Amino acid sequence: MSAGGFWVGAPVPRKEDEALLTGHARFIDDMEPVPGIRHAALLRSPHAHAEIRSVDLTRAAAHPGVHGVLSGADIAAAIGPIPSAVRVPIDYYPMAVGKVRYAGEPVALIAAEDRYVAEDALELIEVDYRPLPPVIDPKAAMDDDAALLHEAVGSNVVHHREFRYGDPETAFAEADRIVRLDWTFPRYSSTPMETCGAIAQFEPAPDRYTIWSNFQGPFILHALMCGALRVPGNRLRLITAPQSGGSFGIKQGMYPYMVLLAAASRLLGVPLKWIEDRLEHLVGSSSASNREDAVEAAFRSDGTLTGLRFRNTVDVGAYIRAPEPASVYRMHSASNGAYRVRNIAVDNRLVTTNRLPIGLNRGYGGPQFFFALERAMDAGARALGIDIAEIRRRNFVPADAFPYRAPAGALYDAGDYEAALDRTLDLAGYAALCAERDRAKADGWLFGIGLATAIEPSGSNMAYVTLAQTPEERARAGGRSGGLGTCTISIDPSGSVTVKTVSTPAGQGHATVAAQVAADALGLTPDDIDVVTEIDTLTSAWSLASGNYANRFSSVVVDAIGNAARTVAEKIRMIAAEDLEVAAEDVELADGTARVVGVPEKSLPFRRVAAKAHWHPAGLPEGMAPGIFETAVLSPPGLGPPDEQDRVASAVTFGFICDLAAVEIDPGTGRIEIGTYVSVHDVGKVLNPLIVEGQIVGGFAHGIAGALMEEMVYDEDGNPLSGSFADYLCITAPEMPRLTIGHVDTPSPHTALGAKGMGDGCSMLAPVAIANAVADALGREDVEPPFTLNRVWDLVAGGGGAG
Amino acid sequence: MLRIAPGTRHRISVTVNGRPHAGFAEARTLLSDFLRHELKLFGTHVGCEHGVCGACTVNIDGRAVRSCLRFAVQVDGAEIRTVEGLAEGGALSPLQEAFRRRHALQCGFCTAGILISATQFLETSPNPTEAEVRDMLSGHICRCTGYEGMVRAILDVAGETP
Repeated sequence: MSAGGFWVGAPVPRKEDEALLTGHARFIDDMEPVPGIRHAALLRSPHAHAEIRSVDLTRAAAHPGVHGVLSGADIAAAIGPIPSAVRVPIDYYPMAVGKVRYAGEPVALIAAEDRYVAEDALELIEVDYRPLPPVIDPKAAMDDDAALLHEAVGSNVVHHREFRYGDPETAFAEADRIVRLDWTFPRYSSTPMETCGAIAQFEPAPDRYTIWSNFQGPFILHALMCGALRVPGNRLRLITAPQSGGSFGIKQGMYPYMVLLAAASRLLGVPLKWIEDRLEHLVGSSSASNREDAVEAAFRSDGTLTGLRFRNTVDVGAYIRAPEPASVYRMHSASNGAYRVRNIAVDNRLVTTNRLPIGLNRGYGGPQFFFALERAMDAGARALGIDIAEIRRRNFVPADAFPYRAPAGALYDAGDYEAALDRTLDLAGYAALCAERDRAKADGWLFGIGLATAIEPSGSNMAYVTLAQTPEERARAGGRSGGLGTCTISIDPSGSVTVKTVSTPAGQGHATVAAQVAADALGLTPDDIDVVTEIDTLTSAWSLASGNYANRFSSVVVDAIGNAARTVAEKIRMIAAEDLEVAAEDVELADGTARVVGVPEKSLPFRRVAAKAHWHPAGLPEGMAPGIFETAVLSPPGLGPPDEQDRVASAVTFGFICDLAAVEIDPGTGRIEIGTYVSVHDVGKVLNPLIVEGQIVGGFAHGIAGALMEEMVYDEDGNPLSGSFADYLCITAPEMPRLTIGHVDTPSPHTALGAKGMGDGCSMLAPVAIANAVADALGREDVEPPFTLNRVWDLVAGGGGAG
Repeated sequence: MLRIAPGTRHRISVTVNGRPHAGFAEARTLLSDFLRHELKLFGTHVGCEHGVCGACTVNIDGRAVRSCLRFAVQVDGAEIRTVEGLAEGGALSPLQEAFRRRHALQCGFCTAGILISATQFLETSPNPTEAEVRDMLSGHICRCTGYEGMVRAILDVAGETP
């Protein structure tokens, strides 16, 4: 327990750990929820872009042990296309129909007695492809003569909107200095160690689908799956596995495969299991977007940032898959970042190419957005001869301005950015570091310092995605707003407490924090409380936003837990008050008892009081409902729909992060030595410092990996070159730089406990912090991640940074 | 030479965590699949099936081995230790305790293999440096933790070892 007598805030070791450490935790591939399961394998396209002339499944179907075979056309005949938020004439099916549009796209499905036999049969499928010109470069994809992925769209640009806040034209016309940068941001993925997996069962009369999976929804995607399967929501039952082996957003992208398995189960008349293998994951799952972006920043000579222009070109891959185009809109309403700038123009283009469709990945849109803004700040500082810390200090939203309404609509809840910057500089020993840099540069060494700051939007407003529509389109579509959180707390007749969070974590420790929150309200210990984090859409209390993404646990779900726990606590107090013959206000819940305040010997065991609600309804206070089963549903404050000027409060809480990197580059090898990396966070009230630190270090690992090494590479023909873990180089322990963490935590007024969402963290900032340091070291601004040996060596040698 | 026809299943007997187990495997059945789907020992996890990620590491006759790179038929008669066998008598091993204390796991999917490797590592290198610990861990991929907690946990246990 923490010093103040609360479990919240204490470094409580995780409830989840013992089962995980002893091999007793259960994941999707460990499950066999129904008898008679057959195993599915998928034939995937070897071509990036080709017409499917024919698919011959005859030999595969005849293979011993094969139960059934299906082509994309078979699937398309049974279901509708998966709906998209972007209204373009693209019929997206989970298996290719008529054409393949990326190497790795599913073309046929085999169901067999086991996966080995299913994969044997894949080799017996004959597909006649007519290769088409591949479209890999998103810039070239926009050319008039580019081959089209989706002919009916008439262009590879599937979405284009321009936004304007304040008066950017005047800001740029009157600027003393304008900084322009453009770059390619690489495509990478957090590649969770457990791949995607699902078991689907169709039952007729009436039509009903059940899917067990490690999906991290249901989120808005449940509705889209229902649309494709043509059933109402209560006939598509999604059940998540007790544990999920990491996700980082990636497992949101598996819903087309869930639709595919559900449809295949119906067509083949058996429950089907599919566990994605690693090779499938790397070519066929999901990833963050690669982008061709540009930024212009207008400054006054004193360093005041007066205007910003963003030009974003997002390569969405072969299909625009929901929740896209959210990756380019998640940061949109906070386009000013941590700064006071009010004049902002944004131009968003989404382009289809013959690559894997993109989706959520840690930081979702953040790494790309902050690359633009924070590169511009460092480059602007250098252009104006102002220190990189000082230029930020001059532009920060000041501590006394919160809550602060950003020009594009975000409402920043709380912060003290300058204090966090000071803490960063202090931890880095900034003055000494600058002196060291200047000495090193004078001696001809390549030494650089980079700084980056971010606001961290958490707990998404479901409406922000509708920025993809014009105000007129939104008006026609009807209202959208909010981001509901739910929690159910029940006490059974034995008096034991169960918290159901429906928050589908994938390692973030939700069960532990939920137990801390409930323990404080109920006067129990976290060990007294069991937590169920998985979801069953048929039996759980859930809503549109349920699931695990956008740091929504501590920004939304924790408040739902607190609300439910307080309702339960109130009921227990009222029951106890009658037996203790005092008023309910005089009863406190502590140490596993309900007792009279100030008279601790007048007490009743918590369990006995709670059990009475089941055992003795007639003895309850008059008018009280029997049993204890309380569901809290909350819509976080302030999450309204976008207005006619395209302003929207996109999230509930806005944390703050300040990262500083100092690097030295070996000109002979291109190796970057990260001598210093400091990251200071404002997560509001810290609920569990052990878990917060774990999330920060984990996010740092993803950010550093994106900065230095990880990239999903495609060759010019669209062949994925990162199709195994021998080619897609995940960061390992020896490559991890040392990280110094600091905190300046300002409690959020938007949440009951003052917590903000957190978790994306340095995954959003490490790429730009390292890029800024590399730019400083090399004395050039045209630098792009990943900073691999080859690319950095080429930059040092005066080249363009080619790999 | 033993010739094994495709589709033929073989009786494989192994000792796992001190207890005899037996099941059937084809010649091509991976040890990881045999352990999980034939012996129902689901504690061993499969992360890549091509020998890079280390999640499926088990101890075979005293050595940490990736079970996705062994066929079940190769281990007939072997002594195997998996994550289920690390907590002897129901109490977490000092390494498991240290992992919990140091928040060395998040999703826990890679943890089984790392515990097996680290347990053997500490038997052969009781007083490792941090660099040696990191080098040992380079045979494993963890996407959640950034490795920091597990480095500290392993060093904690090494420090306690006489």
